[in-house]
Amino acid sequence: MNPWWLILGMLAITFSIRYSLFAWPNLHFPTWLNQALHYVPVAVLSAIVVPGLLMPEGELDLAWDNAYLLAGLVTIAIAKFSRHLLTTILGGLVTFLLLRGLFGQLPL
Amino acid sequence: MSCSRDSRIRELLDGVRHILPLLLGTIPFAILFGSLAVDAGFSPAQAQGMSLLVFAGAAQFVAITLLAGGAGVAVVLSTTLVINLRHLLYSAALQPHVRHLPSRWRALLAFWLTDEAYAVVQQRYARDDGSPCKHWFFLGAAMAMYANWQVFTLVGVFFGQRVPNLASWGLDFAMLATFTGIVVPMLRNRPSLAAALVASGVALASRDLPYQLEMLVAALAGIVVGVLLERHGRNNLSGEAAR
Repeated sequence: MNPWWLILGMLAITFSIRYSLFAWPNLHFPTWLNQALHYVPVAVLSAIVVPGLLMPEGELDLAWDNAYLLAGLVTIAIAKFSRHLLTTILGGLVTFLLLRGLFGQLPL
Repeated sequence: MSCSRDSRIRELLDGVRHILPLLLGTIPFAILFGSLAVDAGFSPAQAQGMSLLVFAGAAQFVAITLLAGGAGVAVVLSTTLVINLRHLLYSAALQPHVRHLPSRWRALLAFWLTDEAYAVVQQRYARDDGSPCKHWFFLGAAMAMYANWQVFTLVGVFFGQRVPNLASWGLDFAMLATFTGIVVPMLRNRPSLAAALVASGVALASRDLPYQLEMLVAALAGIVVGVLLERHGRNNLSGEAAR
């Protein structure tokens, strides 16, 4: 089988999903749907972040040296008190790298 | 409303700037993808072609893994569909903001609609400053994401074997920190907080579902709870007003 056909198939499917609602500019959503869409960012991003912190290797990891979880908690605290995105990202990353260094988890 | 040249450029660069921390997190995955695609028997052109044309990290990884395991085209394509289904939510959520754009704009932005682009772009649209050029922010963020994915796929295709311990860099934490910084300030009321907690809990509980379906299930559960609580709260308020 020619991989290019597979690639084109994947392109068609992926683009169709992403373009699905952009394709109908005159479609106006009913109130309940707009209300539901309002929760998309909070729900989707939480569903990415929390498993990312609790299971960085794909398995639940509640050990004290899970740098993802510890740094994640610090990041949440920074986000809550600073309400500033760049401060949160930098503070979180620095905490994460320090913890990884402390736990000997850096590939150096 | 028109959009001056200056504000277009400003929005475009703003978009690039806001997605930068998310680029960091995708670099190891792009390198890994390029390297694995070549291992799986793709030519360099085909590996790069998949990144150029499909541009969906998770689906690209699973496709390569399935192919290496001897799966057929039908399996790979249906898996692509399932994995990318979550983009339907993004397409719906952003549609009200892009509906005024000509179709070539809408098609281009849809082609570039990733998790990362959605995260920063929805934040831009939520800022209520009445700018008529927010689609230039979208364009800048999405373009930067695309360029980054291409460059580091290429690095992976040619140098993948020589970059050691890719997964152990932990650069994916940059993405988690960015998403945290976006979500936490959005948790201003009980329905939002409940939506976040339920989505997190369901994502953990359904972690054994294949193909990132747990994300879709979790997001839908969170959305339903958010809407129910919002309505409940409003009913209580109107009940009190009636009394």
